[in-house]
Amino acid sequence: MNIFATIGRFVLALCAEVGRLAIFTRNSVWHCFAPPVYLRLVLQQMLRIGYNSLPVVGLTAFFTGGVLALQIYIGGSRFNAESLVSSIVALGITRELGPVLAGLMVAGRVSAAIAAEVGTMRVTEQIDALVTLSTNPFKYLVAPRIIAAVLCLPMLVAVADTIGIMGGWVVGTKSLGFNSAVYIKNTVDFLEFSDVFSGLVKSAVFGFIIALMGCYHGYNSAGGAQGVGKATTNAVVSASILILAANYVLTSLLFTE
Amino acid sequence: METEPTRKIPPPPRKPLPPPAPAPGAAEDAPAAEAPKSPIHISLQNIHKAFGPKHVLNGVNLDVPRGQSVVIIGGSGTGKSVTLKCILGLLIPDSGSILVDDKETIGQSARAREDMLHHFGMLFQGAALFDSLTVWENVAFGLIQGRKMARAEAKDIAIAKLAQVGLGPEVGSLSPAELSGGMQKRVGLARAIASDPDVIFFDEPTTGLDPIMADVINDLIVKCVKEVGATAVSITHDMASARKIADKIAMIYKGEIIWEGPAGEVDQSGNEYVEQFINGSAEGPIQMEVFKP
Repeated sequence: MNIFATIGRFVLALCAEVGRLAIFTRNSVWHCFAPPVYLRLVLQQMLRIGYNSLPVVGLTAFFTGGVLALQIYIGGSRFNAESLVSSIVALGITRELGPVLAGLMVAGRVSAAIAAEVGTMRVTEQIDALVTLSTNPFKYLVAPRIIAAVLCLPMLVAVADTIGIMGGWVVGTKSLGFNSAVYIKNTVDFLEFSDVFSGLVKSAVFGFIIALMGCYHGYNSAGGAQGVGKATTNAVVSASILILAANYVLTSLLFTE
Repeated sequence: METEPTRKIPPPPRKPLPPPAPAPGAAEDAPAAEAPKSPIHISLQNIHKAFGPKHVLNGVNLDVPRGQSVVIIGGSGTGKSVTLKCILGLLIPDSGSILVDDKETIGQSARAREDMLHHFGMLFQGAALFDSLTVWENVAFGLIQGRKMARAEAKDIAIAKLAQVGLGPEVGSLSPAELSGGMQKRVGLARAIASDPDVIFFDEPTTGLDPIMADVINDLIVKCVKEVGATAVSITHDMASARKIADKIAMIYKGEIIWEGPAGEVDQSGNEYVEQFINGSAEGPIQMEVFKP
């Protein structure tokens, strides 16, 4: 086999995929802003993406906050810096772990669900049926999911931040012997608005990535059940990787003076 | 390679049909005076479509007369579905021309296509009902989303259309998953005729149904098309269905229309491809690619 032909095919396929994704993204963003917006569908999706993700995001945040408090206490004790537990838990959760972990958990839950739903609609010709009924699939399927995810992720992360800090407080006061009032005062004193705000901005971008990847892979799925399965896997994997990559880019943008 | 089959030039329509009667309730919406319409509703001219190296359509030419039911027959993989999807705009042909009411549809704007689709209805092979909606919401979908009709009004029309295909109002509140295959097809038919379209497309309307339900669907198609007064384009490989619903039959083979003529003449086509197909014989000019060890 000619190795150059193989590389060439790979590069061409990659370029085609990037092009397809770029066109899909452009169409999706356009239909998010161009009227009409199906408000009922947006609210329905907010319920599915936001409200139904609360338990998984809340539990993840709680245990992460608790573990963070333990680790910082153990690490900090080497430098006699145990008193920093509360402020580092707050900073770690709001700046980084809240948005990223909530994003990854929702990516697993929601990207997969969107890709499976839209993919099944594709292979059972329901998307073609939408077109023949004079309804734009981008407007009816893609835009409501993207709008809902972009609105819901910051709300989920706000909840995750709160529960995560609470997790740290529970471990700090019940297990590590911190005074509750001092712990809360340290948290409030050290936490700045920009810490929380930057996390919320990140999470809105993550929400866009999650819904876009779910819709893109579902919309372009082909080949029956196997195709839908592949679309679901690809949606979760690509959403997770893009979230981590976007996290680095956003962090470097938001925290560079 | 097969020899080029003889092409039969279709005779003029057997009986000119009266212009489509407006559906009940639609009379007030109809414009007072309309320009005379072309007798050819849809015209496909030299349509080519390839997927990578695979050429599916190799110059399809077909005229669909207004108010008539045209059935495209042909084996699996001969380009029937692709032809239909090209007319609907779900696929874009590589070259050729598709005229609907003498207007070119290839390359038209998204808005113009949406307007055109307002006048189309389609029954999909697997019914393609939206499983997140109830049956009546499926039937009323085009009215609510496409025509911005109030839900209550659209529901009344949906229930009336369900009755037209022999389904009671209690079916309206069920989910599509609760219906049998035949019922799903009937709901799909009700959805296709819900907005009183000018053209209705049927993709393999009887595939996957038992012979009796297939005949029920065929009867419903004939009845609904006549009641709506629409032009119908169907694709099928079920000859019983084709004979029942067609005014005109066209046979597609290897991406070309190799014969077309009135439905009554299909048995005397004089075309060996058509004869082999309608007789369902393995012997003949059409050779299936079957591996023989």
